[in-house]
Order: sequence, then C-alpha cells, then structure tokens
Amino acid sequence: MSDETYLNIDHVTKRFGKVLAVNDAQIAIRRGEFFSLLGPSGCGKTTLLRMIAGFEFPDAGEIYFEGMRMTDEPPHMRPSNMVFQSYAIFPHLNVFNNIAYGLRRERLARAELQRRVEDALVMIKLDGFGPRGANELSGGQRQRVALARALVRRPKVLLLDEPLGALDRRLREAMQIELRALQKSVGITFVFVTHDQEEALSMSDRIAVMSAGQVLQIASPRELYEAPNCREVADFIGQMNFFDGKVTGRDGGMARIDAGALGMMEIETGASTGASVLLALRPEKIALSAAATNSVKGTVMAAAYLGERSHYNIDVPGLNEPVSVATQNVGKIASQGHEPGDTVHMTWPPGALVVLPRD
Amino acid sequence: MRSQGAGLFAYAIVYLAFLYVPVLFLPLFSFNNSMFIAFPLSGFTTQWYSQMWADAAVSHALFNSLKVGAAAALVSTMLAIPAARALTRYRVPGGASMLAFVNLPLFIPEIVLGISLLILLNATAIPLSLLTVALGHIVVCVPFAITVLVSRFEGFDKSLEEASLDLGENGWMTFWRVTFPLALPGIVSSLLLSFMVSFDDFLIAYFLAGSDVTLPIYIWGQLRFPYKLPSVLALGAFILFVSTVLVVFAEWVRSRGLDHRKHKMVGA
Repeated sequence: MSDETYLNIDHVTKRFGKVLAVNDAQIAIRRGEFFSLLGPSGCGKTTLLRMIAGFEFPDAGEIYFEGMRMTDEPPHMRPSNMVFQSYAIFPHLNVFNNIAYGLRRERLARAELQRRVEDALVMIKLDGFGPRGANELSGGQRQRVALARALVRRPKVLLLDEPLGALDRRLREAMQIELRALQKSVGITFVFVTHDQEEALSMSDRIAVMSAGQVLQIASPRELYEAPNCREVADFIGQMNFFDGKVTGRDGGMARIDAGALGMMEIETGASTGASVLLALRPEKIALSAAATNSVKGTVMAAAYLGERSHYNIDVPGLNEPVSVATQNVGKIASQGHEPGDTVHMTWPPGALVVLPRD
Repeated sequence: MRSQGAGLFAYAIVYLAFLYVPVLFLPLFSFNNSMFIAFPLSGFTTQWYSQMWADAAVSHALFNSLKVGAAAALVSTMLAIPAARALTRYRVPGGASMLAFVNLPLFIPEIVLGISLLILLNATAIPLSLLTVALGHIVVCVPFAITVLVSRFEGFDKSLEEASLDLGENGWMTFWRVTFPLALPGIVSSLLLSFMVSFDDFLIAYFLAGSDVTLPIYIWGQLRFPYKLPSVLALGAFILFVSTVLVVFAEWVRSRGLDHRKHKMVGA
C-alpha cells in the first residue's frame, strides 16, 4: 500500500431539505486501502458513499478520483462499482448474466466474456453456478454474486454498503475474513460502510467515524480504540468509563490532574492548567484485587460471568456512575470470583487513561 | 369442526353456482337444436356457430371491436407506464390525490361518462366513429392500466436500476435491460385487462359509435330478431370463452410476476 491519495473527498456537504446529511466531510482515501465509514444509522455514511458512487450529488465540495474531478459525473462514468445493501441481483437474469451485465459495453469476444465471468465465479467459489436463477441463491451466495458482478468490471474503487448486514452471524464472520483476503488479493481500494464497530475494527486499514453528518476521527483501528479524539468516538468504539478531571498544574509534557474520587494523577497531555477534562478508561485495562496499595477502592455492585471474561460494575464513593470493569478469566476459577458486595481495589497501568476535551 | 368445514364447503359451492350457473346457460343453449330457449333441450347442434360465422356483419363487428380494443389497450397502457412509474419511483407532490383523481372515471357511472363524452364531441363537432369509441374507452381503461402497473412497480427494488447505472449503462439502456423486463408481466396484464374492458363495453360505445358498430352493439341490435337469437347465443358463448382465457392468462402473468418478487424477498 502506498500513501498516495486515490479518492479525495474535499469539503463535501449534502442537505436533504433541512437535514444536513453530510457536513463538510474531508477524507483522503489511499490507493489499495480498505477504508471504512463507521457510524450509527443516519450519520451520513451511506449518503457519502452514494455521493462517491454518483447516485447523489454534493451541495458543496468536490470529489476527485486520482486527481480527476468527478463531482457531477453520473455513476456509469465513474471508475467505481458498488455492492448494494440489498445486493440488487437482477431477478430476471441468471447468475452468469448478472455477472456479465456490466461487461456488455466492453464488446468482448464471446470466449473472452465467458472466461472473465468464469474467473469471477471461481474467485467467489461459485463455479458451475452460472446457469442458476437469481431466485435459487441463498443470502450468502447473492452477496458473492453482487461482489463478482462489481469486481468483474475491474473497478479502481469498490464501494460496499453494509454488505454483510443481511447475513446471519456465523456467515458474516466468515465473509469478513473472506472479504479482507479478497481485497488483499485484488489490491483495489475498498470503501466499506458499516454501523458494526467490531466489523470495521477487524477489517479496515483505516476508519472514518461519523456522527450526525460530521467526520469525527479518521485513524487506524488501533488508534481509534487506544486514542479516541472525543467522547463520541470513545463511546461508539467499544466500552468506556468516563471520569471528570481538572488540570491543576503542568510539568513539561505532563499534566497534573485532579480526578476526584480516583485521586491525583499525572498524564501526558496538552491540556492547560485550569482546564476541565474528561478522562476515559477502558474496562479491560483495570485490574481487580482483594487488597492493594496505591489503588482505588470500590464495592462490587453487579458481576456477570461470560466464559472467557467477567464483567463487573464497581461502585466508587464520590462517583455518580459505577465503573465498568472487564477481566479475562485466565487463572483458576477459584482465584477469579468477585461477588456483589465484595470490596475490591482497582489499578491500571500508566497511560491507560485517555484525556479528552470536555464537550 | 368437521361439520363446520362441510358447511363452509357447501356455502362455497352455492356461492360459485350463483356466480357461474347463469353464465353457463349461454354455452348450453348455444348447442341446443331449437329456436327456443327453453327446457327440455332438444338435441346437440353446431349449426348456430356455423350460422354465426357465415354472417359477414358479425365478423365485421368483431373486427371493429378488436381494432378498438387493441387501440385502447395500447394507448392507455402507454399512457399509464410513465404515470405509474412516476407515482411509485419518485415522491410526487400530491401523488396520492393525483392517483385518486386519475381513478375517478372508475366511479363515475358509465352512462354519465358516455353522455358527457357525447356532449363534448358534439360541441367540438368531431364526427362519431370507431375513433371516438376508442377515445372513450381510453378514458375508462387508463385507471385500470395505472392500477395494475402501480402494483407492479411498487415491488421494485430501486437499487436494481441504480445497480445497472453503476455497472456502466445509461438511463435509456437501464430502462430496456432492467426496468422493462421486470415490468413486462405488469405491462402484459395491463394490455389484456384494458383490452377486455374495451371489448366488453356497451354503454360508452353505444353513445360514441357512429354507423360502424362494435360487437356488443351489434348483438344488442340482433336481439330484436327472434330467429337470430340462437346465433347470438353462440356468439356470446364464443366471447365468454375468449374472455375467460384472456383473464386467466392475465392473472397468471401477474401472479407469476408477484411470485418472482416474493422469491426475491425470501432470498434477500
């Protein structure tokens, strides 16, 4: 993968009536990248994808493919192809003709057309399915046919609109791995829309998190999880505990923060003295023990055993919300159990706390 | 439980008999070897059918009806396709009331419609002919055509057309490669239904026809002559047979289309 920008979404804004669907989105997608647009439904991610495909046109801003302005081009003039959420398999055509649909304009020789479609069928592991009717396919097979139909045109960018949403859980997990492997082998840029954060984290090179039409953060999965840039991203990706804090002084790159019930701490951040900040802490970064020094004491309110891990809600005097803690059940069962009512001590490694601006 | 089922079955039989037995007298007496329509039947004959076919006026009226029916079916379906598409595909302001307004001719008594059309034609000094009959039939056929086509277009997944555009086809080719084939069952059943509405119509044709008449008007005229009655019965039986075949075919085409759609929903 090179760092070269392939698809440039330049300050794009789109309104539907009074609703601001996409607000000044600026995203530079690199060549060969698996890029995800992640956000809750109605956040504008699908509208953005449809603007890349050419089904919607921006009210402001430009869209460039490889430096070429494509903002107003209709879909059939763009070097992208799309896998629709409903798959949009043509019901009146068989599998072969569905896949061959987009090749008609290339005026290929019969044998060449045959070969291209057969290759695509092999790629999606449906060889021999050519004569099947569109109605004789399962959900997973329809999804593969939709993929092959788009990829057979050798697009520069493949756009995928929640393509795994309609599949059951097992099939979805298998398809996540397959899709990722496929993207690596064909080497083209994928733009993938999803509301499922696990899906986005496991598949993407980079993710743009969107909310209410805004792009909040564009980063790698690891960075999004470990260093979210605002409360909304921290909240949307995984679970998070939030605490109020106040910067009481600075020492070089470190800020001294008064976190109330959690005590005083020193964290590396740019926040200036006197600023109110939000402290974020992942439940699984917290370790519980029956007795410890230099830790925060609390009472177990609720405990849930989930097999490989356990979840606890810990009440800490002085905090409005209980702290959520996730522990891995790696040792013997006897050494693991904390029951409601138990007093526990919480510790976490330095650097586990993320400092966020207050909204 | 069982006796209740039997009761319902008997009810269904009586119901169907009530609907269809009167109609079945038509073919029954058309094969009866007697001038008079009365029991007991006196013997089997096909002479009324040969008499009917020998009558040049019958085939002329039949041909007129076919011409008018074909024209009305074609024009009303062609008018209905863009209307039905617009009403289902785009959010047309006032679309629902527009649909109701277009359907209004269905609820105006045909005799009122016939008289108003006649007044209009007189006022504009357009001479009455088969053309005016066809125009009158288009007015009544368009609502049927729109209703059939709207129900067909409503099941359309909008992304099918988008997929075609995305796969490199322009709007025109998308219509021919995706929209038209998918709408075809609806178009065929709209054509057949409009044709039947026109072919069966008496009242509007009675008002709007000039000297050249359609088949129902011809039949009405023949009823004055008692000796012609059996061959009119033969003609009626023939029309009944053709209508039934057409309606069953139209319904089959339509339900086949619906089936198609259902499969797609299940598969998705």
